[in-house]
Amino acid sequence: MIPKRDKQAIGQRFLQAFREAGAAEVAPDILLPADTLLDLYGEDIRARAYTSTDPLRGEVMLRPDFTVPVVQMHMANGAEPARYCYLGEVFRKQDPGDERPANPRDNEYLQAGFELFAHDPQADAEVFALFHRLLAPYGLHAVTGDMGLVMDAVRALPLSDARRDALLHHVWRPGRFGRLLARFSQPVALRAFAESAAPWAGLRSEDEMERRMARLRADQDAPPLDPRWTTRLERLFAISAPMPDALAQLSDLSREWPDLAPAIGRVEERAGMLVDGGIAPDSILFDASHGHRTMEYYDGFTFSFLAPDHPGWPPVATGGRYDALTAVLGRGGRAIPAVGGIIRPGLVAELEAA
Amino acid sequence: MIRLGVPSKGRLMEQTFDWFAARGVTLSRSGSDREYAGRVQGAEGVSLVLLSAGEIPRELAAGRIELGVTGTDLVREKLAGWRSDVAEVAPMGFGHADLILAVPECWCDCEDLDDFASIARDFRAAHGFRLRIATKYHRLVRAWLAQHEVADYQLVDSQGATEGTVANQTAEAVADITSSGETLRANNLKILGVAPILRSQATLFVNRAALDDVRPFLAQLGVAA
Repeated sequence: MIPKRDKQAIGQRFLQAFREAGAAEVAPDILLPADTLLDLYGEDIRARAYTSTDPLRGEVMLRPDFTVPVVQMHMANGAEPARYCYLGEVFRKQDPGDERPANPRDNEYLQAGFELFAHDPQADAEVFALFHRLLAPYGLHAVTGDMGLVMDAVRALPLSDARRDALLHHVWRPGRFGRLLARFSQPVALRAFAESAAPWAGLRSEDEMERRMARLRADQDAPPLDPRWTTRLERLFAISAPMPDALAQLSDLSREWPDLAPAIGRVEERAGMLVDGGIAPDSILFDASHGHRTMEYYDGFTFSFLAPDHPGWPPVATGGRYDALTAVLGRGGRAIPAVGGIIRPGLVAELEAA
Repeated sequence: MIRLGVPSKGRLMEQTFDWFAARGVTLSRSGSDREYAGRVQGAEGVSLVLLSAGEIPRELAAGRIELGVTGTDLVREKLAGWRSDVAEVAPMGFGHADLILAVPECWCDCEDLDDFASIARDFRAAHGFRLRIATKYHRLVRAWLAQHEVADYQLVDSQGATEGTVANQTAEAVADITSSGETLRANNLKILGVAPILRSQATLFVNRAALDDVRPFLAQLGVAA
């Protein structure tokens, strides 16, 4: 067991490095109002975050991550570009399901984080290069992805707006995404809606139902998606290779799928910036499915640093671009381009102690 | 001494008594109907503890009783990682109930979980908050919906009269235990056409740590652990 104080000391080292990179240190609350987090993450957050109640403030949650309070702080009184850093505990519970795990995960651990709010296309590369430099001594594997590429691919499918929106909405839920795609690839089965004699009940209005039925009826004329497109999507999702190789595969794909060219161009441009920063492109994995499975709201560049000798560990550091989250938090009024990441000093302490 | 926890009242208690009686063990309440003490005849070293069915999972997991009769729904909802603490010895063939997801019967466009997911998404966009499901089975419902990747919903706690929440507009759907579905129909709700979240029945459970101690008694009952 590494004493918490030692983990703190390592965290402070990262915090200092973040300050030197131009970030202002912030110290968000530990107890956060639950409603914002629930609205953002849905019920899943209740399975992960500790909740409590305050007689005056209602339901509160022990900070499950720093992103939300930092974004709110910036929205309230910040101007772009802005860089923030922080160090503190996050709290995560683990609902084990049917069996108790032999080695429960930490439910309280430190995060050292860096968030950058800027319109600058260099921002992604700036954050990644910073993390890459700070983590260089630990022999970690860097994996990157780009949800923007995935979303552009979905947008480029020859689908009706309704179908496209449904796919984009579920892009972070691979099962549902796959089912939708499978459904759109088949001719639409004519659907007869059963009559109901029951009186109308509940807040969802009859109008809302009519609108959905009209949408489904309109969808009955939609031609099935050509299987070529599904194959192309599968090819895209399967790309997982060192950056130069992945770029070659992407460029192959874009010959058949020219609409992907701008998004691939962004991946290339970012890779170029990393090379300019002295990072060997061969050492970085590009995985087109990275972020597609786990990280809701990441909608652009994503990255993880994994400890190769500890396959059971969560990533030592993760991050990415999350404009989709600021859009929801800003209630559509103000979406701020935002990219950032966190390091887990506790895991770094374990690596240093080994 | 083996402590056997049994629901302290109602049909569940009576049927449990019948189940044990059919296996040569007579359980009875000692004294008046209001007294929660019990007697065991026909088995050595077994004592009867009458408890609320809802408390039996916790008492079993804590090792304060070695055997307990309760619904599978309660064990799975109340004991995170239940399989690590308790084992199912015998389904008892009564107390059948399904945990189901029900929506207003007037929703003609809602037949399965894909419809439900799509309606939840529309609802959130139209109303600015997530579609509400009233339930007291938070863990089970959340895990099931997560497994099916349904998003855009929220659970609201309802410890009773759950079927009324839709008419009262405090929820858009309910997840509750039903055996006949009558209460649901009476409240103009219909069960989504999918396999239930859980099929529950009264079950004899054992605390895992007490398995060896209870084996002779279970053998006498003709059930194997």
